[in-house]
Amino acid sequence: MNGVHDMGGMDGFGTVKPEENEPVFHAEWEGRALAMNRAMGFTGAWNGDISRYAKEIIRPDEYLGSSYYKRWIIGLEWMVVDNGLVGTDELAAGHALRPGEPLKRKLTPDQLDTALSRGSYDRPARAPAAFKIGDRVRMRNVHPKGHTRLPRYVRGHVGVIERVHGCHVFPDVHASPSREEDPQWLYTVAFEGRELWGDAADPTLRISVDAWEPYLERP
Amino acid sequence: MSDHEHDHGHGSELSEMQLRVRALETILTEKGYVDPAALDAIIETYEHKIGPHNGARAIAKAWVDPAFRRKLFDNASEAFASLGTPGGTAHLIALENTPQRHNMVVCTLCSCYPSATLGLPPVWYKSAAYRSRTVADPRGVLRDFGTELPADTEIRVWDSTAEVRYIVIPMRPAGTDGWSEDRLATIVSRDCMIGTRLPDPGGTR
Repeated sequence: MNGVHDMGGMDGFGTVKPEENEPVFHAEWEGRALAMNRAMGFTGAWNGDISRYAKEIIRPDEYLGSSYYKRWIIGLEWMVVDNGLVGTDELAAGHALRPGEPLKRKLTPDQLDTALSRGSYDRPARAPAAFKIGDRVRMRNVHPKGHTRLPRYVRGHVGVIERVHGCHVFPDVHASPSREEDPQWLYTVAFEGRELWGDAADPTLRISVDAWEPYLERP
Repeated sequence: MSDHEHDHGHGSELSEMQLRVRALETILTEKGYVDPAALDAIIETYEHKIGPHNGARAIAKAWVDPAFRRKLFDNASEAFASLGTPGGTAHLIALENTPQRHNMVVCTLCSCYPSATLGLPPVWYKSAAYRSRTVADPRGVLRDFGTELPADTEIRVWDSTAEVRYIVIPMRPAGTDGWSEDRLATIVSRDCMIGTRLPDPGGTR
């Protein structure tokens, strides 16, 4: 979806402000927000792409007005309700009004290494790769209404395949109601700064995105 | 993050977010979905075990050990695993800074970051300012960090739009001859590994 989360190239957000000796969490609740998201992700009730989509559908004014971990809480509340795990009446009451639904797994402290480890998103190929390193490709000018990892600032632009990563789980389908993995070839596509930002762009700039084959076409 | 989101430590004045998060944790716990002890353990892990020191150690090793350096650029996931770094490191790619090319990593769509290797991303990495500007004006972003690079250095920005994770391997700075691996690791900051600062043998960042 063309949401406000898709920020590449937007103006007006000001300078970047690094914080010296930044703590891991700025409030106790931020740690709980992160941990609850990880623990609920571990249950298998949804996948990481659905978790990203849950933040993308936050209303733009609320998205921009919320801190990072507040968005995580808004997204988590939406996911537990959308998946039938918690009722809105329970959220309003602040405690459970009914027993829980059965879930595949529950995170216990002894499973932490597994829970925090990154699994592989690589899957067996169902077809040969359509592109190879060095090929010129155009990013499709598409505007999916659901979750996508194709940023607006590269759509319609021509780049060069720089790396081929194998077949990876395809987020656009993984976050859809089917939740299927639909593995697709994944590439790193690099662009000249001027291709994306015009003649005024820094001539020394090159930018890449990682893009699945359905995002690409021959120029 | 806005100031009113901060916890100022007044136990009797619970913020709206503290109340909201506590309520959700109560519900998820009562319904049997989460174990609060597991939540404690996750927080403990990110506060004390997984952090930028893991990446700094690997980079210092790459600066002194050519075989490890080759392994890092050939397969960063395996190289980090060989150091016993906690947290799986699938799909990790090491980006080599050279006199001709400087690498920077961003996630314009959310906050993708090599968390299994470097810990949780700093607030600035997740900010709208960094996410919006890095792909269009990276030299301007570098100036926000006080980092200036030669005008003819290629700036190569990697937008982390998939499950591939990137870590920048900075150049070993001059003036560090004879330094031990441990001492070298002290000058590799988190920001060096994202690409917004350079190792500074005279400073602490």
